[in-house]
Amino acid sequence: MEATVLHFFEWLWGPLWEPLWAFVKPVWPLIWTLAKIVLIMSPLLLSVAYLTFWERKIIGWMQVRIGPNRVGPWGLLQPIADGMKLFFKEVLFPTAADKKLFVLGPIMAIAPALAAWAVIPFSPGWVLTNVDAGVLYLLAISSVGVYGIIVSGWASNSKYPFFAAMRASAQMISYEISMGLALITVLMVSNSLNLTEIVGAQSKGLFAGMGAGFLSWNWLPLLPMFAVYLISGVAETNRAPFDVVEGESEIVAGHMVEYSGMAFAMFFLAEYANMILIAAMTSIFFLGGWLSPVGFLPDGFHWMAAKMAAILFFFLWIRATFPRYRYDQIMRLGWKVFIPLTLVWILGVGIWMMSPLTVWK
Amino acid sequence: MGARDFIGSLFLKELFKGMAVTGRYMFARKITVQYPEEKTPQSNRFRGLHALRRYPNGEERCIACKLCEAVCPALAITIESEERIDANGQASRRTTRYDIDLTKCIFCGFCEEACPVDAIVQTRIFEYHGEARGDLYYTKQMLLAVGDKNESQIAADRAQDAPYR
Repeated sequence: MEATVLHFFEWLWGPLWEPLWAFVKPVWPLIWTLAKIVLIMSPLLLSVAYLTFWERKIIGWMQVRIGPNRVGPWGLLQPIADGMKLFFKEVLFPTAADKKLFVLGPIMAIAPALAAWAVIPFSPGWVLTNVDAGVLYLLAISSVGVYGIIVSGWASNSKYPFFAAMRASAQMISYEISMGLALITVLMVSNSLNLTEIVGAQSKGLFAGMGAGFLSWNWLPLLPMFAVYLISGVAETNRAPFDVVEGESEIVAGHMVEYSGMAFAMFFLAEYANMILIAAMTSIFFLGGWLSPVGFLPDGFHWMAAKMAAILFFFLWIRATFPRYRYDQIMRLGWKVFIPLTLVWILGVGIWMMSPLTVWK
Repeated sequence: MGARDFIGSLFLKELFKGMAVTGRYMFARKITVQYPEEKTPQSNRFRGLHALRRYPNGEERCIACKLCEAVCPALAITIESEERIDANGQASRRTTRYDIDLTKCIFCGFCEEACPVDAIVQTRIFEYHGEARGDLYYTKQMLLAVGDKNESQIAADRAQDAPYR
């Protein structure tokens, strides 16, 4: 792709290209990387905006309402209007707040949510950096996200944000463990930490050879782990029914209570970017990424997008369906159900892989 | 917990049942009333904006008995009165001031219930606004104007409700 772009510039500038290129060449790798980052970030932020709109629509429909339909045709400009409103609002600093940490909080929330996209492959070769320890990077980066909430909760110097910080640290750390343990089974069967290779490993198998590729993806042989990962993902992004961190009925909006304007919007963007990230990760680890479900259709990014959309719809669906978990129930589910289950399953998968009945060779 | 319950909760049976319900309702017919274009039906007893009525000969109905002022739980009504010659040529007590502060009013309808001559009534009008604080302080002239403008609707609503009073 890089060569095509360079050829296009050469044609565009004609004879002027040679001197220009001599000037640009030293910084070209930087420009090219920035261009790729913009290419990933702008559709991502656009999908974040429209995910909020889609969420309001879906939840509206499930509650026998219509949802936003006033701004623009079918309400399609609603997220733009929301964004403009937040953009022009004042960011208030509470007197008792620690100014530096108060500013740092939202930044620390959104930075990891966006940085994680560096290693997500969208299609073969469509990845910003194809690192071999991609899974490790993702786990590390998504763990940093909790600091945004803790820092903002502490810096606000107010009781509800502080409660939220406590809840967030306990909840997100608990569910990171079960998430990580569920991923270990995926790493075991795909024999790699590289995300592209994890997807590649799912294209092989008995059913893939028969043209029913979707039965060879990790979700079927690792079914309980898929469920654990998906539910932990919901808990990890602090979404309903695990949204005690925000908990509007108990602690108003948790760590976001004292934030307004763009600072608040940052938390909002981070939450939805994290949702999309979890959807992308689930589709890569368990649903075969860009692989086509059936043999006669070509692989490609559209499958990845469709799988992500389906998982995101599932997130919205459970938000519209379930009431919020009680806090001790969340802890019980994380520590007493998911972690023992994943530990046993890792052992089970290990034995399965060693046995003659193994489906991974 | 029996074996059945255990298997049910292990496979998240009830959660899937709940999701089936919301999934079904997603395609149900929507009950939203799209307000400015569509409106819900109104009762003839609707308690909206107040109005002061007149008799067909143009004389005000209100006799300044001040029952509405006395019954008003929000103390929103202020009345001052005098004696004057009415349209029939007789000396009678009439209001010089009849103000309702709609920012205090709770629209309970007691004033209308208390009125012995059906002078103060509540209409079906609910789409009005004020852009300054004083705009919702309705004076006698404003209330009479509301009554004059909507007399036919007011009279029809009262006639419809008469058998039940």
